[in-house]
Amino acid sequence: MLEIIDLHANIEDKEILKGLTLKINKGEVHSIMGPNGSGKSTLASILAGKEDYEITKGDILFNGESIMEMAPEERAQEGIFLAFQYPIEIPGVTNSYFLREALNSIRKSKGDKPLKPVEFVKIAKEKIKDLKMDESLLNRSLNEGFSGGEKKRNEILQMSILNPCMSILDETDSGLDIDALQIVANGVNANRGDDKSFLVITHYQRLLNYIVPDFVHVLIEGRIVKSGDKSLALELESKGYSWLEN
Amino acid sequence: MREELKIDNDQATKEMLESEEYKYGFTTDVDQEIFPKGLNEDIVRKISAKKNEPKWLLDFRLNAYKRWLRMEDPDWAKLNIDKIDYNEMSYYASPKKAPDSLDDIDPEILETYDKLGIPLEEQKMLEGVAVDAVFDSVSLVTTFKDKLAELGIIFCSFSEAVKDHEALVKKYLGKVIPANDNYFAALNAAVFTDGSFVYVPKGVRCPMELSTYFRINAENTGQFERTLIIADEGSYVSYLEGCTAPKRSESQLHAACVELLAHDDATIKYSTIQNWYPGDKNGKGGIYNFVTKRGNCVGKNSRISWTQVETGSAITWKYPSCILTGDNSVGEFYSVALTNNWQQADTGTKMIHLGKNTKSTIVSKGISAGQGQNTYRGLVKVGENAKDARNYTQCDSILIGDKCGAHTFPYIEIKNPSAKLEHEATTSKVGEDQIFYCQQRGMNEEDALSLIVNGFCKEVFKELPFEFAVEAERLLSVSLEGSVG
Ligand SMILES: Nc1ncnc2c1ncn2[C@@H]1O[C@H](COP(=O)(O)OP(=O)(O)OP(=O)(O)O)[C@@H](O)[C@H]1O
Ligand SMILES: [Mg+2]
Repeated sequence: MLEIIDLHANIEDKEILKGLTLKINKGEVHSIMGPNGSGKSTLASILAGKEDYEITKGDILFNGESIMEMAPEERAQEGIFLAFQYPIEIPGVTNSYFLREALNSIRKSKGDKPLKPVEFVKIAKEKIKDLKMDESLLNRSLNEGFSGGEKKRNEILQMSILNPCMSILDETDSGLDIDALQIVANGVNANRGDDKSFLVITHYQRLLNYIVPDFVHVLIEGRIVKSGDKSLALELESKGYSWLEN
Repeated sequence: MREELKIDNDQATKEMLESEEYKYGFTTDVDQEIFPKGLNEDIVRKISAKKNEPKWLLDFRLNAYKRWLRMEDPDWAKLNIDKIDYNEMSYYASPKKAPDSLDDIDPEILETYDKLGIPLEEQKMLEGVAVDAVFDSVSLVTTFKDKLAELGIIFCSFSEAVKDHEALVKKYLGKVIPANDNYFAALNAAVFTDGSFVYVPKGVRCPMELSTYFRINAENTGQFERTLIIADEGSYVSYLEGCTAPKRSESQLHAACVELLAHDDATIKYSTIQNWYPGDKNGKGGIYNFVTKRGNCVGKNSRISWTQVETGSAITWKYPSCILTGDNSVGEFYSVALTNNWQQADTGTKMIHLGKNTKSTIVSKGISAGQGQNTYRGLVKVGENAKDARNYTQCDSILIGDKCGAHTFPYIEIKNPSAKLEHEATTSKVGEDQIFYCQQRGMNEEDALSLIVNGFCKEVFKELPFEFAVEAERLLSVSLEGSVG
């Protein structure tokens, strides 16, 4: 599904990703762990198509085709979703309106008819209930004044409504209370399927008890230095990262 | 101050903004009577004679004209304006066939209003909205007039009001905006041609939106309309004006006066969607819009609320104001002003607190794109006797690109120490992060920008009557995106 090949990326002449290679097949859940500043969010942003980075080398294939030249919205329309580490606020635009516009943009790209407000609200209300979120969050300005945890849950709400095939979750577990963690994990697990893949960026092994990954990778200084199964996360939890730094 | 966000002024944004198209730029080919160019006493007399006006009104005009000759045009606004030659335009234009009823209106003109989305024919009329259609210097027709008359509400063209309700017009004309108030008000008082007149009697709540649709069609002609709205004790009225003009390379002048008067416990809501031709992307042509709008809350517990969405005109100079004379009266000003390409706007409000416990709210949203210059200019004045006056002012500006400008000039004059004033101001650039977030969710850059800017204006749009809020959002998107309607 997603193939990252020897990716090198700079920001303001500083090399952040230094030859990153990773392959995620259909239906797989991969987790990336790594110290602060190692380049995890950078990778996520580049996958989503953010233009601030200079890609000096490498390629990204999605369903076998390079997406390097694709605009962010085209990638989104193809099914790449990023749950942001720091979700953005848009004052004056309700969560519900934003989500409907987003969903309808994706539908339009596929030649589907746009959903009417009533049709959309029905779906949104169902999903918001699954995530045990307060319905009133739909009618509030997008992320404005949302608590940290509400913002994170709202990213998962967006994911379950937009129904992407490749979801990248950037520290979605940070700032969640224990119950919320469980709910978010359930939300992710409910979206798991044979044709859906996940890249879960996290600092905490705890999340991986709930979202059990097929692979765990350690990203240090812009490179994947070790990969393993879920037990690697446990090992990191007890030993930290220093034993992996050269 | 909100965090300054960096805009990605890339090619796409630029192209998108440049390709703006003005959908109302067509002309209607009708046989018109147009006065010769130039302004002098004779022209003033001719306008008055054309309308069979009583002597007192002619005197009002002549008096204003004499004052105007001695006045200087204001230069304090942050506007770059070519000198206007007042003898290079005509002051009166009207379709030759004066219509007696709808059946008499030139089909070309009916079609014009259809195209503008304001059908005038009975079977097509907008539900719940009465319309006065002003075409250049004359009002063509006013819909739902009889239905409103049953409630004692007068809604008609200004010229008609002078004929049929002379006493009312005489009593109120020029009382809120004296003929010599300012350069453009004086000019208007001398040569105003038509506009709307509204009177809502005691205790009546006007059951529908009243609206005037101003259309400039004739070339080299100024439009000088005059509107007067009086809400008697305990009444309520919501009024809306819309404006468009053809696309022309020569600039045209529009200088209007609007006077509002609210008696005890009365409310007037006045909304404007100003979409005069803004000029082309090189700044050629476009309407010069100099408008004096003022309301007086003479009665206690009265309320006047101005809402304006200013997306058109090459130049906008207007400061809809409230004089809060009555105790506990309330003044409000909600404004969205957008300047794109070479448009300039210097707009804001004056809130003059005279009565006790008076309250005012100012919410101004300025959007600048292209080389647009957008200025908020506001005055909050609290008089000696205005005990416990309160004002809340919020001025937000948003910049799209890095060649445009936003400026804020809030003036305050306080003569009573019990006054409480709050002021908030923010300037931000449309966030690259916000646009990226929308794109990540599947929207293209144009849609994202329009979504963000519309969100920015939400507090103002929600003050518009529902039918028009939708129109305002659409208009804003068009002005930004360049999508041809
Ligand atoms: N716009 C920028 N300008 C300069 N440096 C940047 C910019 N964005 C990211 N960086 C740098 O790139 C490096 C990688 O940042 P990134 O956000 O990818 O780290 P991360 O692995 O997600 O860290 P964390 O675990 O703290 O979220 C950091 O050193 C960061 O300071
Ligand atoms: Mg990060």
